[in-house]
Amino acid sequence: MKISLFIPCFVDQFYPQTGMSIVKILERLGHAVDFPEAQTCCGQPPFNSGYWDEARVVAERQMSVFRNSEIVVISSGSCGAMVKIFYPELFHGHPREAEAKTLAAKTFEFSDFLVNKLGVSDVGAKFPGRATFHDGCHGLRELNLKKPPRQLLEHVRGLELVEMKEAETCCGFGGTFALKFPMISTAMGEVKCASIAETGVDFVISNDSSCLMQIRGILDKQGKPVKTFHLADVLAQT
Amino acid sequence: MTNREIILSRIREALKISAPHPTFQDKVQIRTPISPPANSFQQWLPPVGETLEAQIELFQKNSENLKTGFRVCADLNEAVQFVKTLAANNGWKKIGLHRGELTDAVAQELDSTKVQTENGYAVNDLESCDAGLTECESLIAQTGSVLVSAISAGGRALSVLPPHHIVLARRNQMVTDLTVALQQAQEKFKNNFPSFLSFITGPSRTGDIERILVLGAHGPKKLTILLLP
Amino acid sequence: MTTQAKEFSESARRYTTDLRHRDLIQKALAGYYVKRDENKNRFQSWSGARDAAAEIKWEAVNHLDRYLEEFVSKLEARGTKVFWAPSAKDARDYIIGVARQNKVRSIIKSKSMTAEEIHLNETLEHEGFEVVESDLGEYIVQLRREPPYHLVFPAMHLTRGQISDLFHEKLNSAPTDNPEDLTMIARRAMRKKFCEADMGVSGANFAIAETGMISITENEGNARLTTSLPKIHVAIVGIEKILPKLSDLALFLPMLATTGAGQSLTCYNTLYGGPRQPGEPDGPQEFHVVLLDNRRTELLADAEQRDALHCIRCGACLNVCPIFKNVGGYSYGTTYQGPIGSVITPHLRGLHDWKHLSQASSLCGACTETCPVKINLHHHLLHNRRNAARAETSFSEKILWRGFSFVMQRPKFYRFATRCARIAQPLQRLVQGTIFDPLRPWTKTRSFPQTAKKNFYELWRERKTP
Repeated sequence: MKISLFIPCFVDQFYPQTGMSIVKILERLGHAVDFPEAQTCCGQPPFNSGYWDEARVVAERQMSVFRNSEIVVISSGSCGAMVKIFYPELFHGHPREAEAKTLAAKTFEFSDFLVNKLGVSDVGAKFPGRATFHDGCHGLRELNLKKPPRQLLEHVRGLELVEMKEAETCCGFGGTFALKFPMISTAMGEVKCASIAETGVDFVISNDSSCLMQIRGILDKQGKPVKTFHLADVLAQT
Repeated sequence: MTNREIILSRIREALKISAPHPTFQDKVQIRTPISPPANSFQQWLPPVGETLEAQIELFQKNSENLKTGFRVCADLNEAVQFVKTLAANNGWKKIGLHRGELTDAVAQELDSTKVQTENGYAVNDLESCDAGLTECESLIAQTGSVLVSAISAGGRALSVLPPHHIVLARRNQMVTDLTVALQQAQEKFKNNFPSFLSFITGPSRTGDIERILVLGAHGPKKLTILLLP
Repeated sequence: MTTQAKEFSESARRYTTDLRHRDLIQKALAGYYVKRDENKNRFQSWSGARDAAAEIKWEAVNHLDRYLEEFVSKLEARGTKVFWAPSAKDARDYIIGVARQNKVRSIIKSKSMTAEEIHLNETLEHEGFEVVESDLGEYIVQLRREPPYHLVFPAMHLTRGQISDLFHEKLNSAPTDNPEDLTMIARRAMRKKFCEADMGVSGANFAIAETGMISITENEGNARLTTSLPKIHVAIVGIEKILPKLSDLALFLPMLATTGAGQSLTCYNTLYGGPRQPGEPDGPQEFHVVLLDNRRTELLADAEQRDALHCIRCGACLNVCPIFKNVGGYSYGTTYQGPIGSVITPHLRGLHDWKHLSQASSLCGACTETCPVKINLHHHLLHNRRNAARAETSFSEKILWRGFSFVMQRPKFYRFATRCARIAQPLQRLVQGTIFDPLRPWTKTRSFPQTAKKNFYELWRERKTP
C-alpha cells in the first residue's frame, strides 16, 4: 500500500521528529511512504475563526496535492477531523464537494489507520515506564477514536498505562482560542495537568501534538518533571 | 393581525426552509413521519421483569433506592393495622384523606381527626395534618413511581401538603412502565382528563445546597406505599 | 470589543483564577457524574433512546405551527386561557394584567428559566407585587438578589456557610452548617407563603399537543404547591416546548432526569390540563398559559441551527463543559449559560453583542456528546463564528486570514515564511514575557516550544537524497 503523509504545519515546524517516527513505523510494517512536498496546512485556523472562504481556498490546495494519493495518513486527530468531518461541510454545495468527500474518505488519523485499516495493534515497540494517555478532543469525539491508541499502547513492551480521571476532558488548547482567551485556556490546562499529576506517571502520551504543546507549556511553568510524547514517538522505539 | 396569527405566520415563514432530518449511525430512519409507537421505547428504557412478581420485586428495589417505604400486605386488615401503628408511633392527631374504597376502610379504624378533601377544605386545616392518605391510578415498576390524579388522590394538595403521604394501592394497579401508565390513563379518561396528574417518585427532595441530598424540601418527607391484594 | 465581550473577559479572568470556585464546582459535579452514568447504564440502549428523542423533537419543531394549534385548542376546550406572546413585553404585560384584574397581592413562583428570560420578577416587583421564589436554590439566589448561576442548579456556587449566613441575615435563623437544617428553615418560611399567595407562576418542561397539557418536572414539591393552592395559576411556556404525544413523556421524563440531575426519574412529574374541573376538590379557578416566542422564531428560521430548539433545558451540557466549569455561570451574562446559552443567545439577543460566547470555546464537543436530544452544539458554535465573520468582518482579522490563506496556498511562500519564523524566534526569546512579546497571551502562563532546527520537509528531503 502506498501511503501519503499529511504532516500538519505545526508538526512540520515544531515536532518534525513525530513525522519521522510515523515514517519509521510504516516502513517497518513494510509500506511505502510518500510525502507530497507541496502540502501546507489543512486550513483549520481560519475555519475555526469563522473565515470559511479563506479556509476553503487553503483546503482546495490540499485537495489538489492529495488528489492522486491512495491513502492519506495524518499525525493529528484535530487536522484529521478537519479533513474528514469539516471538509465535506466546508464544501457543501460547492463544485468540489465530491472531491472533498473523496479525500475525507481516504484520510486516516495515524492510530486509526494502524488499528482499523491495517489491523495492526502490535508494532513491536518497547518503551519502559508508566504513562497516561490524553485523548485529543477531535480524535475522540469527531473521529470516535477512543480505542485505537490504547490498543496500540497496550502492546508496547515495558509500558504501563494508567488512566487519569480527566482523560476525556479538553486540555484547553483549542487553536486560536488559546490566544484569544488565554485565561480560560490556561485554567483548563491546569485542571488537565492536576489530573495527570494525580496518576503519578512518568509521561503523558497523546495522538495530538497540539494538545501536547499546551500540556507541556503548563507542566514547564509548574516545574513538573512529567515528560510528553506523541503516540508515534512511543511506537517508534524498539 | 392577532398575536396568534403573528406567531403562527412567523413559524410558517421560518419552516419554509426545511431542516436536515436527523440521520443516525445506521442511516435508517426510525419512523416516518410521526412518533414511533410508544411501546417501541421499551426496547431502550431500563428492563422490567415479565411477571407481576418480578415487577413487584423491582418496585421494592426502586423504593429502597428512593427511600420510599413499600410494604406488600396480605389483606386489608394488615394494611389497616400497619397504618394504625404508624399513627400511634408518630402521634398523628389529624390526617387528611378522601373518599375511596381503600381509604374509607382504613380511616374507619383510625381515631385521629379527619380532614376530608373531596368537597373542598380549608388550606390551613390540611396544612396542619400529620399525614395524607390517598389511593392512586397506578404504580410503575420501572421507576418506583405512583401515578395520582385529582380524582384518584383527593385533589392536588392532599398528596403533597402533609408531611407524610400514604398510598393505598391494589396489586392489579402495578404496571411495567410510564408508557403503560399513560396509555391506561388515556383509555380511562379519553377526552375527559382530570386537570391534574402526577408521577410521584419517592419523597420530596432537594440537592440545592452543595448537591447534598435532603428529603422533605417542600413536599412530604416520608412516602409510604401499601400494596394490597 | 462590545461591552458584553469585555464583561465576559473580565469576569472569566476573575473566576478562572479563583481556585476556591474551581474546587467547589468540581466537587458539586463529581457526584452528578457518578449518578448520571449509573442511570444511563440502566437504559437498555441510551443511544437508541437519544436517537428517538432527537427524532421526536425534530418532528415537533419542524411542524411547530400544527402542534401549537392542536395544543392550544385542546387547552382552551378545558377552560384554560391561552395568551400568545410575540415578545417578552407582551408576556409581562399580560401577566401583570391578570394579577391586577384579580387584585393579587402576593405571588409564589416555581422555578422557570423562561420567566428569568423575560425578567418577570423585576417587573412584577416594580409593579408592587410581592414575588417569592419557592425552589430552594432559586429562593437562595433571590435573597441574594442574584440571577440563577446554573439552569438547573441555581445556587451551586454557594457553600452551606454562605447560605447559613444569608438565612441568618434575612430570616433571622440560627447559624448551622447542616444542609438539612438549612432546607427546613426555608421550608418553614415558605409554607406560610404558599398558603397566602393569590397567584402561582410556573414554567413548563413540556407542552403536550395531543392532550393539551403542560408537564412540570421538579424534586421539591414547590411547583406542585404553587399550582395547587393559589386561585390563579399562570404558566409561561416557550413555544419550542412542544411534544406531539402524551406517550412521548415515557421517554423524555427518564431522559431529562438522567442527564439533568442523575436521577432515574425526578420526584414529581406533573401534568396540568386546565383549571379545577367540576368534581375536583381543589386547584386554581383560573389557569393561564402564556406561549412565548421572544425571537425563538428567528432561531427556527435558521434551518442549520434549528435543532437548538430541541433543547429540554436539562443542563447536561453545562455540567460537562470545561469552559463553564472554569468561568462559572455568571460570566456568561445570559439567562441560559453554558454551551446551549452560547449557541442560542446570539439568536435571542443579537449576534453582534453575543458572538464572543461562541468564540470562547475550545470546540471540544463534550456538550454535543452528552446532549440527550443530540443538538449539534459545538458545530453550531462554529456556525455562529462563521455567521459573525460574514455579518461584520473585523478588518484586522480579515487581513490576518487573507494573509494566512495567501501563504498557505503557495508552498514556496509557506517554506519562506517558516524560515523567517525560525530566524525570528531567537528575537522573540529576547522579549519573551514582556509586553513586546507577540506570543505573550501564550507565554505568560505557558512555555513555548522551540522551532525545530530542521523541519519535517527538510528532514524528508535529506533522507531522500543522502
